[in-house]
Amino acid sequence: MRASFVFSEVLTGLRRNVTMTVAMILTTMVSLFLLGVGLMIVRMIDKTQDVYEDRVQVNVFLTNDVSANDKGCAKDPCKDLRTALENDPAVETVKYQNRDEAYKRFKEIFATQPELVKLARPEALPASFSVKLYQPERSDVIIQTFTGRVGVDSVTDQSKYLEGLFNGFNGVRDLTFVIALIQAVAALLLISNTVQMSAFTRRTEVGIMRLVGATRWYTQLPFLLEAVVAGVLGAILGIGLLLLVKMWFFDRALGGLFASGVIRPIEGIDILLVAPWLLLTAIGISAITGYVTLRLYVRQ
Amino acid sequence: MIRLEHVSKVYKTSTRPALDDVTVEIDKGEFVFLIGASGSGKSTFLRLLLREEVPTKGRVYVANFDVVRMARRRVPRLRQSIGCVFQDFRLLHNKTVAENVAFALEVIGKPRNTIRKVVPEVLELVGLEGKANRMPHELSGGEQQRVAIARAFVNRPLMLLADEPTGNLDPDTSQDIMLLLERINRTGTTVLMATHDHSIVDSMRRRVVELSLGQVVRDDSRGVYGVGR
Repeated sequence: MRASFVFSEVLTGLRRNVTMTVAMILTTMVSLFLLGVGLMIVRMIDKTQDVYEDRVQVNVFLTNDVSANDKGCAKDPCKDLRTALENDPAVETVKYQNRDEAYKRFKEIFATQPELVKLARPEALPASFSVKLYQPERSDVIIQTFTGRVGVDSVTDQSKYLEGLFNGFNGVRDLTFVIALIQAVAALLLISNTVQMSAFTRRTEVGIMRLVGATRWYTQLPFLLEAVVAGVLGAILGIGLLLLVKMWFFDRALGGLFASGVIRPIEGIDILLVAPWLLLTAIGISAITGYVTLRLYVRQ
Repeated sequence: MIRLEHVSKVYKTSTRPALDDVTVEIDKGEFVFLIGASGSGKSTFLRLLLREEVPTKGRVYVANFDVVRMARRRVPRLRQSIGCVFQDFRLLHNKTVAENVAFALEVIGKPRNTIRKVVPEVLELVGLEGKANRMPHELSGGEQQRVAIARAFVNRPLMLLADEPTGNLDPDTSQDIMLLLERINRTGTTVLMATHDHSIVDSMRRRVVELSLGQVVRDDSRGVYGVGR
């Protein structure tokens, strides 16, 4: 079986059915693009989770009284609280932030929104302990222990805020995968249809070839390859689209969130790492679909 | 070479059998005419040999192949060892004359050098030297049939099956084609030809197997088309 023969047959077949070929490529492109987006979101979530796990989990906010009068946490109840926290076996680290430091931090975070900074005064911000736990999931224990103690205004679990954020991410991710799946089914059906049409259009020739003694494989390999070539082209376009969308849309629309450190951005390298998998998926799906179609639906 | 033993074939859509308990044996090197009216079973006979159809009953042997019992995936091998020629030529219309003939060699995996050497030889044999790069639609009917014969013969098959090869040709061209088939037969290739053509059968005086309504009614070693005609 000669490569030049197969190559020319594949090209002829693709050209003969240009509209179907283009349709195949486009649907594959969209499916893989959506799959890629879903995977990117997963990656983003993972990265962001890593970052957050490294940071503070529980904040113990102190009363106005303590915040105003104990800038160094040298006196009780502040000192008392600090010791209690440090000695608690679930606590990894404790950091004290007094009112002034809190105000400074506030100005840093909201540097891009000066109106907010103008409104704030140091007296509005409480002093706090930033507490990092060994096991962030067990935060309720700490919260229960320290809520209501002398000097404590409130205890907040930061992971609760994050829960909302990650739920949002997960929702978008799931939706993207669902749409990707629907598109993939469409792509599959289109590939199957195109392979059948190709085989049907060439049936006279294939019949003659079979009479002369060509094997099924010899006559059908070109059709299979047509599907795979379209799949590969779709994958390449899909990856290109991913890069474009990342640059023009994600980086701009979510730029603010990335810059403030709320979510970790997706780098170009992330896309390039996932690209080979997308390519393999495309090849796999188009090859299997093509092969199954030929076995089941093409009689020769 | 060819042996049919008590072969019957009933197509699903009809009640009358296309072939009815046919037993025929053809030896290597013979030239046999298969004659009969339309519907007598000639085409079915040939299709069984190529395993385009499978008999309802009976056994078919071609050379070393047990055609009925053999595995599906060996069928290409069977067909590679049989050359066939049809009334409608069945050339690949988007390939040149040389490419059409070469195809039979490509299919069995012959290397390019061999193909480049053998194809011109066989084109010369059938009288088409110089027409290697023509497309089928540029040729006359007789020339197209020669290409088909070249393709059928290029692998030096054990036998040649011809299903009404002169059906679309005028009498003179038909004679030329028959001379060609005779020459091929003289090289030792078994030839089995289904035909309507009285004059050819009568002039060549070879073995004649006559089918009627699916049954063998005559098998003469030096026969004519019609008895007593």
